Amino acid sequence: MTGPVYRADSPALRLTIELEGLTLVYHRPSGTTHVLGPPAPELLAALAEGPADIAEMVRRLQRLHDLDGGGGIEPVIAARLEELEAAGLVHRG
Amino acid sequence: MKEAALLVRLLADPAEARAVPPAAWTGLLAAARAEQLIGTLACRLDGLDLPDPVLALLRDARAGAAQARMSALWEAEMARRALEGLRIPVILLKGTAFVAAGLSAGIGRSIGDLDILVNRADLPAVEAALIAAGWEWVKEDAYDDLYYRQWMHELPPLIHRTRDRMIDVHHTILPPTARPTPDAAALVADSVTLENGLRMLCPEDMIVHAVAHLFADGDLAGGLRNLWDIDRLLRDFSAEDGFWERLEARGRLHQLGKPLARALRLAERLYGTRVDPDLAGPARVSDALYVRRLLVRDGWGRQRRPVTRFAFYIRSHWLRMSPLMLARHLWIKARKG
Amino acid sequence: MRYRLSLKVGPIGFRIGSAWPGPIAALRGLYAGYPGPDDGIADFTVRLEPERPWRRWLRPSVAIHGDHMLPDAAPLALAHGLLAAEMGMNLQMALGLRRYLLLHASAVERDGRALVMTGESGAGKSTLAALLGERGWRLMGDEFALLDPASGALHPFPRAVSLKNSAIALMAADVPEDRFGPVLEDTPKGRIRHLRPRADAIARMADPATPALILFPRYGHARAIRPIGPAEVFVRLTQASTNYVSLGEAGFRALTGLVAATPACAIDYPDTEAAVSLVETLWANLDS
Repeated sequence: MTGPVYRADSPALRLTIELEGLTLVYHRPSGTTHVLGPPAPELLAALAEGPADIAEMVRRLQRLHDLDGGGGIEPVIAARLEELEAAGLVHRG
Repeated sequence: MKEAALLVRLLADPAEARAVPPAAWTGLLAAARAEQLIGTLACRLDGLDLPDPVLALLRDARAGAAQARMSALWEAEMARRALEGLRIPVILLKGTAFVAAGLSAGIGRSIGDLDILVNRADLPAVEAALIAAGWEWVKEDAYDDLYYRQWMHELPPLIHRTRDRMIDVHHTILPPTARPTPDAAALVADSVTLENGLRMLCPEDMIVHAVAHLFADGDLAGGLRNLWDIDRLLRDFSAEDGFWERLEARGRLHQLGKPLARALRLAERLYGTRVDPDLAGPARVSDALYVRRLLVRDGWGRQRRPVTRFAFYIRSHWLRMSPLMLARHLWIKARKG
Repeated sequence: MRYRLSLKVGPIGFRIGSAWPGPIAALRGLYAGYPGPDDGIADFTVRLEPERPWRRWLRPSVAIHGDHMLPDAAPLALAHGLLAAEMGMNLQMALGLRRYLLLHASAVERDGRALVMTGESGAGKSTLAALLGERGWRLMGDEFALLDPASGALHPFPRAVSLKNSAIALMAADVPEDRFGPVLEDTPKGRIRHLRPRADAIARMADPATPALILFPRYGHARAIRPIGPAEVFVRLTQASTNYVSLGEAGFRALTGLVAATPACAIDYPDTEAAVSLVETLWANLDS
């Protein structure tokens, strides 16, 4: 694998409620509440299978969500992952 | 009895709480809050048959302590992630270390800022990594900045942009201006690893640090809590082989032998801690003054003996700074208005 | 402390101590008929005391201290001691409450169901609740509503209503004089007068209600009803709560439960009478 490997806490450490297209997440380790819009919940769901780099994330999203396999999707996913990282929901290593 | 004294008695012997009359509880709980010991008290009294309003208040306090524990551990985890790449020893101090290591001093404890200790040589890299991860200076002030960097044992405080939590990065456990000079390199070198890769001081250094904290920070403010830390740490570790000899050696190494002895005597006197009589030394007349100062809190949460307090405040400033430096500090503060 | 009073507001017991007799005497009058804390054990302590010992006599000013304090809270004039007591009690609730999710909201009840009104200061939620409390509703509180995380029920906090400026004359039209406290002129919040809720609101301060409608009122605009999506309601209520974060998971469960089960909308109104009629209309339409 190349590039950073991302991981997320087990889904059991998150309390999730859907509300009109948005996802409210209570993250137990941090005690913080996040209001997430797509594709953040999908990224967390994909990471539930285990750590992954960007290429692996794209593969998982294609399988789970019929993601269009066209090029240029990696930077978008990397940017969203970075946001989740800043929020403490995703970390590297 | 003064409420602080009752608080101390209940911490040491929780079963006595059943004898506390309803009329005494409001004052006792106010004193416990003011001494930041309400969570500790609530955990100590858990399971006792007490009046319903007291049980409700203690439940709240335990929930509050659980929340404090969680956010302290999370803040430590965020610092760990920010500093991971540096591959340097990062040592958790005080309350966060107690809860991270599952020590009894951490049970119910209130925890404020995150305090970490690193080698002085690593400070610039730590500072840069924290700022890259979203921490920023609390105040942009050249003098205070310089003051911290020259004279203090820590970086100027940093606060995280989004989480709104402070981190204090120490390179030793007392300001370089203080008379005793702890061996900072030994603090780091002999620290022990925690599960997550962060570290904590070795048990004896943890106790010496708690002693330094008790006497050197402020005018013994929060002293009952700091002394409680010492009591719990001693109970956790003193049964280990050779503990007292190691503690004595560390106290001497960090030039804190006398304060350590005093703290042992005070802990024994207030919390009934079992201490090594040789290390604690004979009781001194001034011990009574310290006890008086520590038990100053009344049932309205006030500190009632202004004269005793003031004497200790002057003393604490002298302890931290040499006279010339104190004058310089006050002069610049005054000019800044 | 020399002068003291203990009382219970809703489920919360307070003990207020003062270095001067004035604030306690005023509180005693205003809170006539309120019970004391259960077993005399108060949840929170408030201290009204001089900042320096000599300030007890010399240009006396009241510092607001207690179990929970703000380091930079400015002291008030002794003549405003009642306001100092109110602020001290609010501060304990805002910084110290854990048993309930604290919503900075007013609330009234009818038939066991609660109407919750929240919004920025000056939006009129307080005056509106006070007025509804005189017009066939039970006033649950003009400032705080307490959501029980275990049951989802709303508990009252019927403290004395804090009326500001023009709201004082407005309420005087509906309320007998003996329920008002003294007029406090030139406070940091302008002219203030406290109002003791009706006797039934005090007598039933232990009775919770089921949340039935959440309103975000806005005063001084043309009459309008605007829908608000549940995610926005959730976010606004987290902002209206002082202890949402400190309640952790219990707070998240309580608030998402409230939002999922309770209809909500924003209302704009030009004056308080229009607001009363808007509220009655919305309430009548709830079941249809």
